[in-house]
Amino acid sequence: MSTTLPHPELGVQTNYLNADYGWKSWLFTTDHKRIALLYLFSITAFFFVGGAFAVAMRVNLLSPNGIFAHDTYNKLFTMHGVIMVFFFLVPSIPATLGNFLIPPMIGARDLAFPRINLLSWYIYIVGGVMALTAIVRGGVDTGWTFYAPFSSTYSNTHVILAAMGVFVAGFSSILTGLNFIITIHTMRCPGMYWSRLPLFVWGHYATALIQVLATPVLAITIFLLCLERVLQAGIFDPNLGGDPVLFQHLFWFYSHPAVYIMILPGMAVISELVACFSRKAIFGYGFVAFSSVAIAVLGFLVWGHHLFVAGQSMYASMVFSFISFLVAVPSAIKVFNWTATMYQGSVSYDTPMLYAFGFIGLFTIGGLTGLFLATMAIDVHVTDTYFVIAHFHYVMVGGMVMAYLGGIHFWFPKITGRLYPEVWAKFAALVIFVGFNLTFFPQFILGYLGMPRRYATYAEEFHLLNVMSTAGASILGIGYLIPMIYLAWAWRHGPISPQNPWHAKGLEWEQSPTPPPTFNFIEPPVMTEPAYNYSGAEEEVELG
Amino acid sequence: MGSFSIFPPRASAGAAEVDALYGFLLFVGIGMTLLIFFFVFVFAIKYRRKSPEDRPKAIHGSIPLEIAWSVIPFLIMLVMFGWGTKLYFQNYSPPTRDTLDIYITGKQWMWKIQYPGGQREINELHVPTGRAVKLTLASEDVIHSFYIPAFRLKHDVVPGSYQTYWFEPTKPGRYHIFCAEYCGTNHSRMIGWVTVMDPVRYQTWLSGGNTSESMAELGERVFEQYGCVTCHVLDQQGRVPSLRNVFGKPVQLDNGQTVLADESYIRESILNPNAKIVKGYHRDIMPVFQGQIGEESLLQLIVYIKSLSAPANEVSK
Amino acid sequence: MASHDLALQHPPELKHHFDDAGQQRESSILGMWAFLATEILFFGGMFCAYTIYRSLYHEAFASTSHFMNVTIGGINTAVLICSSLTMALAVRAAQLGQKKPLIWLLILTLILGCVFLGLKAVEYHEKWVDHHIPGPGFHYADARYAQQAQILFYLYFAMTGLHAVHMIVGAGLLITLIVMAARNRFSTAWYTPVDMIGLYWHFVDIVWIFLFPLLYLIGHTK
Repeated sequence: MSTTLPHPELGVQTNYLNADYGWKSWLFTTDHKRIALLYLFSITAFFFVGGAFAVAMRVNLLSPNGIFAHDTYNKLFTMHGVIMVFFFLVPSIPATLGNFLIPPMIGARDLAFPRINLLSWYIYIVGGVMALTAIVRGGVDTGWTFYAPFSSTYSNTHVILAAMGVFVAGFSSILTGLNFIITIHTMRCPGMYWSRLPLFVWGHYATALIQVLATPVLAITIFLLCLERVLQAGIFDPNLGGDPVLFQHLFWFYSHPAVYIMILPGMAVISELVACFSRKAIFGYGFVAFSSVAIAVLGFLVWGHHLFVAGQSMYASMVFSFISFLVAVPSAIKVFNWTATMYQGSVSYDTPMLYAFGFIGLFTIGGLTGLFLATMAIDVHVTDTYFVIAHFHYVMVGGMVMAYLGGIHFWFPKITGRLYPEVWAKFAALVIFVGFNLTFFPQFILGYLGMPRRYATYAEEFHLLNVMSTAGASILGIGYLIPMIYLAWAWRHGPISPQNPWHAKGLEWEQSPTPPPTFNFIEPPVMTEPAYNYSGAEEEVELG
Repeated sequence: MGSFSIFPPRASAGAAEVDALYGFLLFVGIGMTLLIFFFVFVFAIKYRRKSPEDRPKAIHGSIPLEIAWSVIPFLIMLVMFGWGTKLYFQNYSPPTRDTLDIYITGKQWMWKIQYPGGQREINELHVPTGRAVKLTLASEDVIHSFYIPAFRLKHDVVPGSYQTYWFEPTKPGRYHIFCAEYCGTNHSRMIGWVTVMDPVRYQTWLSGGNTSESMAELGERVFEQYGCVTCHVLDQQGRVPSLRNVFGKPVQLDNGQTVLADESYIRESILNPNAKIVKGYHRDIMPVFQGQIGEESLLQLIVYIKSLSAPANEVSK
Repeated sequence: MASHDLALQHPPELKHHFDDAGQQRESSILGMWAFLATEILFFGGMFCAYTIYRSLYHEAFASTSHFMNVTIGGINTAVLICSSLTMALAVRAAQLGQKKPLIWLLILTLILGCVFLGLKAVEYHEKWVDHHIPGPGFHYADARYAQQAQILFYLYFAMTGLHAVHMIVGAGLLITLIVMAARNRFSTAWYTPVDMIGLYWHFVDIVWIFLFPLLYLIGHTK
């Protein structure tokens, strides 16, 4: 691994991409930026695997009687969920954009533990291979939630292999979070006070707290489940004295905070995009930063809202419902602050900002439908129906994936040194937005009408809405393919990017070359102004 | 096209209440969505970039605004919370008297319904209008969920315990029953129909059934078959508690606790007798019946024991 | 990054992405504390399951408690506490740059850890002979509690087994430290791995301090 400082020569600059060549320089790298790219390619691959399952599911749902055998369909939705949640959404932004950008954003040369960073990628790959092996050998049919006693006693599929794949991948998440927390605490450059950190960093810090504290509980839950599947001792089997609802409590204790692992990084990206493309400091910086942490903390206290109809005490349900409403407040604060940032700003419509607009709209809808689910009497009717599916796809796909794409486009010049074709990018963003809404909006209606989830076949009256949803899905699928093509093309053949094509603030744009050298900076960076100082104010402004 | 509605059929008073709450949430949700969309749209256009040299003035924040847009939505949410909680408690707290009790056992992949009068159905439930119907749900294997969209109600059916909910049907018709907790291969075929009838037609339907024994009578036969009658001789106090007038009353245990003798208590007392010992009696006398009595027979036993109590908890009809 | 001259002067253990040794040390120690926090949550899930089943099945628990070998458990507790002492002394030796005491104290800690694992193996063997290992071979004499006992033994093995796995990993880490110390890698300027693994070892000890009373000591009746 080269440790020499880059020496800019006429026209040829040494950066992290050309500093070293050969497969060993990639597979044994400790450069956080190269590791981010390793993650980028593997996560993209898993996205398309999970997406393929989704396509198959929607094709099956074109007909009320289904097309595939029931067991096949059950495996399709299980694998779609397992891959998308654990191998795409959880790592996505943190492992790619977080890994790449946190050190330059805080003025550091790398993360605190570069070798652990590489280790986390290898662990992720091992977990992924285990999950893919489970698929290839016949799949799993328990649903991504692995509820007992079906998964511990009744299912005849490769539960242990798939679950252990998730177990292993969980450690990748823990190590990434650990690395981020330590880095942000100890490696900020001079002048980079906590109150000057980009909100991208605050968001990842909050995410890392959840990764580190919640994931171990999932690990132990999966461990207990697999042990039970082997020993049949009875911990979750009522015939042997066990309690199936205990599994649900343990599972959701992680899996609810996990959804905040999935959305907080998306919100972190949106803060950067809205500030840059309104050319204005984020309105209410302190509140947005604090909201990230509040969401992380409160997110640990609401898991019982997945158990309103499961046999949980009514009084416990009441408490969980109340706190679930509470956790909506910081999310709303963020949406309002982003909107207010645009007020009297200078708004441009570059592709990343289009994705930010999409996020704000779709996350608002997704988040509001979360309130429906927090309302207990409504939840009784719509839980385990397509209403829930629509809700989480709005926040995860309409929210998170849009933020991811927005971030990929925004930092594409920084990562590759080239520019992507803006016209194609805008077109793709539009196709994705339209396709997404056509796919998932009908599902809200289906849910309230009573169509349960995880159904291979359905009642005749749900036919039309399902056909609409599948039609939308085909548009959405095409929408996702378009960026794959032009981004791959632009990486090779796109015009060379200037140092700061967006005229953005932030150390990663202003003090780190595009693309960055291996150690990110040529001169040691110093932070001399508040974050997002687009107005150019000289003195440090008091933040309230 | 005919009558497309975003609401499924509404067959109970409770369903109408849930729909009203949903309407409120839709109003708030659509309103908030339109508000955000409006501001984003207007700001994006009104403040669009006029020149690359634009340098807007920084506006760092406004504490009054932050408080306002935190507190006001939260207050609206409190309304949602309060209203939703009230309805939830209502639907999951059956009336304590005068309910028509029907017993539902779920297994992969069918619903077995037992009526107090002894009628049995598979995947079909018949209920009258104008009467509070209480469902007791049991599972023979994995977790299922008994979902009737027309009543806006469901509850998970959890092996090892009983779950209940209740409703009062108002509108005759035939409505879907769906299993709503993934349970394996034929989860999406574990469906059925609930038929709501006016009371007169319901009586006709009941008497048209081909049963000779009521559920309580069936339960009495189970009681004899498993030897319960050997020790639990009615109206005789001895080594074991009498079962006369036990159901629905509080029971004092040997550890000082008092519990209500409901369906779950009776079930546990049969399957795991040493879990709770009545004050004044001894442990290890009653055999453990875990794994020996099926869910349907257990329900019949419980209905029989219910029938041994005062009329306030009467069973027949 | 420091200027080229300074780069030549920095201690060999300083990684290039850190500004100075202090930053590196702070990161390492904070990192280990964060990792231990994850371990608390990891064990915490099982402690939670244990608490629930113990309160549900307190009589079965009292019955199974007779089969817990308090003698071995007690000796093991003493062994582990001593090993924490030797570990703490090893860290101190590293702080003072005392190579020989460091190596001997680490070896002593390792030996004590192995004693613990050996006694654990004896215990597990006892359980095997008694048919108390959950699974097809499980058999519990008191039929009243057979089912519940199997769940309780399952939790016993899961908790102590996971703890033992952590001990084995700790033993491996100690061997690494011993080799590093023998090769003169540590000095008063840099002994961070000893510090960090010391923290880890103390943590594994503390988990046992909780396990021992919960599994072995309480719940005995008659």
